[in-house]
Amino acid sequence: MTNLKAIATGTALLAGVAAIGAGWAAWRTFDTSRSNVADDTVALADYKSTDVQAVRRGEYVMRLADCAACHKADFAGGYKIDTPFGSLTTSNITPDRQTGIGAMTERGFFNAVRQGIGSHGLLYPAMPYTAYTRLSDKDVHDLWSYMATLAPVSQAIDENAGMKFPYNIRLAMAGWDLLFFDNKHFQADREQSAEWNRGKYLTDGPAHCGTCHTPRNMLGGERSSAYLQGGLLGTWYAPDITPNPHTGIGSWSADALTAYLKTGSDDVAVAAGPMAEAVEHSFQYYSTDDLQAIGTYLKSLAPSPAMPGTPMKLDSHAQAAGALAYEVNCSACHGLQGEGIKGMVTAFAGNQRMLADDPTNLLHALLMGTRAPHTEQRQTAAGMPSFAWKMSDREVADILDYIRNSWGNAAPAVSPEHVAGMRAALGARSKLKTP
Amino acid sequence: MSNARARADVVICGLGWAGSVMAEELTRAGLNVVAIERGAWRDTSTDFPPAVDADELRWTTRREMLQPMSVETTTFRNRLDQQAAPVRSWSAFQYGWNVGGAGAHWAGMSWRFTPWDFQVATQTRERYGAAKMKGLQLQDWGVTYDDMAPYYDRFERIAGTSGIAGNINGKIMPGGNPFEGPRSREYPTPPLKDTHWMRTFRDASTRTGHHPFTIPAGNISQSFVNPLGVTMGPCTYCGFCDFHGCGNFSKSSPQACILPALMRRPNFTLLTETEVLHAVKHDDGKTVKGVKFITKEGVEGFQPADVVCITAYQMDNVRLMLLSKVGEQYDPVTGRGTIGRNYNYQTCSTVTGFFDDNYMNPFIGGGALAVQIDDFNGDNFDHADLDFIGGAGIMGYSTNGRPIQNADTVRPGTRRWGSEWKAAYARDYQQSGGIFCQGTSMPVREAYLDLDPTYKDRHGQPLLRLTFDWNRNDTKMLDYVTDRAVRIMKEAGGQDIIVENQGEHSWNPYKQHSSHTIGGAVMGADPTTSAVNPFLQSWDAHNLFVVGASAFPNNGGYNPTITVGALAIRAARAIHETYFKNPGALVKG
Repeated sequence: MTNLKAIATGTALLAGVAAIGAGWAAWRTFDTSRSNVADDTVALADYKSTDVQAVRRGEYVMRLADCAACHKADFAGGYKIDTPFGSLTTSNITPDRQTGIGAMTERGFFNAVRQGIGSHGLLYPAMPYTAYTRLSDKDVHDLWSYMATLAPVSQAIDENAGMKFPYNIRLAMAGWDLLFFDNKHFQADREQSAEWNRGKYLTDGPAHCGTCHTPRNMLGGERSSAYLQGGLLGTWYAPDITPNPHTGIGSWSADALTAYLKTGSDDVAVAAGPMAEAVEHSFQYYSTDDLQAIGTYLKSLAPSPAMPGTPMKLDSHAQAAGALAYEVNCSACHGLQGEGIKGMVTAFAGNQRMLADDPTNLLHALLMGTRAPHTEQRQTAAGMPSFAWKMSDREVADILDYIRNSWGNAAPAVSPEHVAGMRAALGARSKLKTP
Repeated sequence: MSNARARADVVICGLGWAGSVMAEELTRAGLNVVAIERGAWRDTSTDFPPAVDADELRWTTRREMLQPMSVETTTFRNRLDQQAAPVRSWSAFQYGWNVGGAGAHWAGMSWRFTPWDFQVATQTRERYGAAKMKGLQLQDWGVTYDDMAPYYDRFERIAGTSGIAGNINGKIMPGGNPFEGPRSREYPTPPLKDTHWMRTFRDASTRTGHHPFTIPAGNISQSFVNPLGVTMGPCTYCGFCDFHGCGNFSKSSPQACILPALMRRPNFTLLTETEVLHAVKHDDGKTVKGVKFITKEGVEGFQPADVVCITAYQMDNVRLMLLSKVGEQYDPVTGRGTIGRNYNYQTCSTVTGFFDDNYMNPFIGGGALAVQIDDFNGDNFDHADLDFIGGAGIMGYSTNGRPIQNADTVRPGTRRWGSEWKAAYARDYQQSGGIFCQGTSMPVREAYLDLDPTYKDRHGQPLLRLTFDWNRNDTKMLDYVTDRAVRIMKEAGGQDIIVENQGEHSWNPYKQHSSHTIGGAVMGADPTTSAVNPFLQSWDAHNLFVVGASAFPNNGGYNPTITVGALAIRAARAIHETYFKNPGALVKG
């Protein structure tokens, strides 16, 4: 998920620096009275929960929020996130007093997780406190109980040592928070079912779906008017997950969404890139009920207004050349009729997700390769190899045009210039020169 | 010793097929397992993607996946009175040099041995009388086919084997091998499809009154999810199989079938590019306490473990036993000792024919794509009036159409250079068909393994010395079966027939087509004639298991892999179900 964080953090920092001079103080943004429900006397290193169930629930909250993805499996941090403004290193959140958060009280923990106010100053929004702010008091308390059971690891981390001036000044985040941080509890909608409300809570809170799937404005804030309608993360594209039948999940059943999130595949598409990481580290651990709730909520949203682009017309020459290139390069795994391999290799035929106007994900996979998630139910985690060394920009565009316009598929043309741009952005190698 | 590691329940020495299935079984039972592998990490998606796995020059010609002989070789001689010399190049042995071992580069022929193979001594004595065994050092395995059947079944499910059953619970099934031992159920996936040559062979051998069937293949015919939850993709018949990795997850291999699940288990640890030097005995000499190893950087270390499993290539299994000084070296003069006893190879011939105006399309291939008859294999035919025992499978194969490898397969008398050769190869590439006879090999007293008195490896440890030549029983068998193969080739319409009978010359490590080398640490019920008991547990150190084709006292007329796999699963079950509850000998000697 490095790319996503890089973009989010980069734009966030820029916005923060721009806004800091604005000078208007919003008391609301930094009001920490929500944390008063938590104890402010016992440090994490001294806290021992006697409530076994709370610890167990807390571990589940950790999975829901995907903490280990950045703080690593032992929670000692050290995961480097590159941004255009330097690099951030994730913090040690084990109960070690000196190098971790062992000296933090539960109230301090609430402030950090839900409001981005840490023990050394403001957090960078690479930590998705903008979403975690919706977490309930109970969930954060349970998470706290779980954190207290972790083995302390002594590992000193200087989180922002790699950031360039002035982005290494944590106070700069205050301006960004003023603009984009909405310091509010989750508000249940009494008109809707409990399942729907649970789905919305998970989507907006711990699962932090909007962090990627909602597009951002020029200052790096999420555009609420285009909520979950798809966001570009530099070299990956987080697609529309509203029920739009062309670009979104309109044709997915809640069961298919559940299978995709739980196992990494709905038997047609296989998760790749940052979504594969989200499935492997987080979603596969969600209960089926919670995944169904997310599906119910997403399916209830108003579809995005996006319309399919005008499909190109493959002439007979392109058709024949594409068929040959497809057979040579793709058919071994994706099948002669684009049928894929159930649960292991993405199908092309009848796969709406291949047909988005924006081919960023296809280009990324073709140029750099990618890998399916490893989950309890699908152990293979097969990989897509890079074809950058084997295909020119023109050849990449041609084969995608063939795939996106065969077996009943229809999509706009991919331009070789787009391929070239992605090749440069990814640092992918050029096609091998042959004598 | 520097670099001492935390104790493990089990240390696995070599992560090929045997090591992988054992590690899977043992970690699933909750044991803490450390595997030590001499080769490097290799992974399907990143090391053998379909875009590079068909590079014949790299993989077949230069054999890049195999262990270079500069790392370790064996010395060789035909007879006791000769001076052995190190083998400098290789064709007889194909050591793996990566995680997955030889299981990453094998072809995928997935045979069960026949019931007879496991009880050669008893059944030969009963059917033909003891005189038939003269000159042979026959001995039973201590397990029967029926003992093995459930473990064969488990291995076939993990490996994802394609095929057609010939005998389900005693009922002979149409289209299958009527001579095979009974199976409890069909293969995981249906048989692969026939090529034109396979159909030609099938029709010819039917006309000659024999029983052709599609051979069992570790090349999966359709996508399949194995019991570990790993998905395999359908074989594309690309024909770049043996010596190559498979980028499609289609060839049964530890990479495709086991490692995706195994590598994520928290109680499994893998050390790559680290070589086990030998096991280390406790002071009382009755058990071992772990293994000494050396890293790529030359740092020695020690891995303590309650159980040591030697799961390397067959030759290395025997060498590690000798270097560990467990058990007594076999002496071919006195017949005493067990380590090195009953070494054997595989007795093979090929018959090639040419077919005018036929298009065999050999570029459609698979490592285990073939039709076979077993009418002349094992003891499937009466040997009462013959002066040998055993036999061979006769196989019409479509294993590959690799353009460099087949450049010499032209009609006899053709010039091997220039425009004449080019024209002939362009024609004969399409028009040739091959039959492979893969035979049994019976043990004799003079064939054995020991440590070489002169030559040492890069770590200063002695090389293994091989003393071997074909024996008369096996060459007579091969002459008989090869003659049957020629008759089928003629019936099929083959002309300009070329016969390559390996038994016509003294065995030579540079001129073999098989890598099926067996014995040297054989299993059995009698500690005076076997190194390990029927659970592959050393008779001399009860916490040491030696798992591989080194345990075969004689060779069946088949590829050895899934017999190795079945034995490995059986040993692993015995370790976690019985041994750990009450450590000691699993069988009374």
